[in-house]
Amino acid sequence: MHNFDFVKPASIADAVKALSSDGAQALSGGQTLLPTMKQRLAAPAVLVSLTGIAEMKGVCRGDGGLHVGAATTHATVAKEAAAHYPALAALAGGIGDPAVRNRGTIGGSIANNDPAACYPAGVLGSGATVVTSKRKIAADDFFQGLFSTALDEGEIVTEVRFPIPEKAAYVKFQQPASRFALTGVFVAKFGTGVRVAVTGAGQGGVFRWTEAEAALSRSFAPGAVDGLSLSGDDMISDLHGSAAYRANLVKVLTGRAVAAAG
Amino acid sequence: MTKVSMTVNGRAVSGEVEGRTLLSAFLREGLGLTGTHVGCDTSQCGACVVHVDGKAIKSCTVFAMDVAGAEVRTIEGMANADGSLGTIQQAFQDHHGLQCGFCTPGMVMSAAALLAENPKPSEADVRHYLDGNICRCTGYHNIVKAVLAASGQDVSAVAAE
Repeated sequence: MHNFDFVKPASIADAVKALSSDGAQALSGGQTLLPTMKQRLAAPAVLVSLTGIAEMKGVCRGDGGLHVGAATTHATVAKEAAAHYPALAALAGGIGDPAVRNRGTIGGSIANNDPAACYPAGVLGSGATVVTSKRKIAADDFFQGLFSTALDEGEIVTEVRFPIPEKAAYVKFQQPASRFALTGVFVAKFGTGVRVAVTGAGQGGVFRWTEAEAALSRSFAPGAVDGLSLSGDDMISDLHGSAAYRANLVKVLTGRAVAAAG
Repeated sequence: MTKVSMTVNGRAVSGEVEGRTLLSAFLREGLGLTGTHVGCDTSQCGACVVHVDGKAIKSCTVFAMDVAGAEVRTIEGMANADGSLGTIQQAFQDHHGLQCGFCTPGMVMSAAALLAENPKPSEADVRHYLDGNICRCTGYHNIVKAVLAASGQDVSAVAAE
């Protein structure tokens, strides 16, 4: 990989300052960024590590839900969110493998917005709020397509705030080699309605399946989506699964997620 | 080059690194601790697993400078003080948990992390925890058996295939 200057600020303010320099890039757990840099698909001039910022770490109950610091690892969320939001903890505990979960972070995952990552489904499916170094962004506005988010240059995700649903579950069909979701569905039932977020399927990254949300808001039962059909037109197609296969997986996994949510 | 310091296997160490120096490279080339193996270098195989502040991580996917000041433990730190094999290492030998041995350092470090979290894992727990450690020789049966044996459980009924 190309060389770079490495800095590790201890506060959000210092990190924002460091990111204002030319060619600067934020580094969180690095479980995607390091492989990307090894392939020379990314070559930052300055790498700003966010792993030394104490105010960006930890899980706590806060206004209206669960607040997760953006530099909190998947392993920590799996453990510490379990008592508050079991579906989110289970999602975090199923990402990658144990060693990846000990480094990878929620902020890094959603800022990257990989179309097959698990966290975008959990954040969008929960209707969470993404807190950054300068504003709060609703999940519905945050994810903007393949590897694309509402973040401006130099803006850092500092925290994610999750409202806690009455029932929720995430079910993924794992791609065994990469350990990413071939397709994954997060279902959350709130007093106000149901949200269904799908990862690993849409060409534009994570998306909400609104027809299923309407059907499940009327009847929160696994069979409620049986009569729906999802078009494969906007689905990812690759050697692991065709677009039609993924479209069918979305429906099957939605039913399984509803069953798992109970 | 920048000076980086950390504790490796209980010993304070330091060395000159570039920003891009991976922890695996610092251990192997900087400190001569070649027990940590680099298999795939793409964070898939787990041969390079070491412990940083008690947690298993892939040392090929962490920059040395990002773990400055940390407590690192490698396979060289797993033997007993008198040089004899540690419990997990001995169990791998007793139960033939390796063939070529390339993946073994990572397997042992992952197993140690598992047993620290879960001292009496089930066979399913072991298989699930070793998801990120790839062995191309053994078919995993004897690795799983060795980890169960290292946890002090009776493995006489576990199939050895």
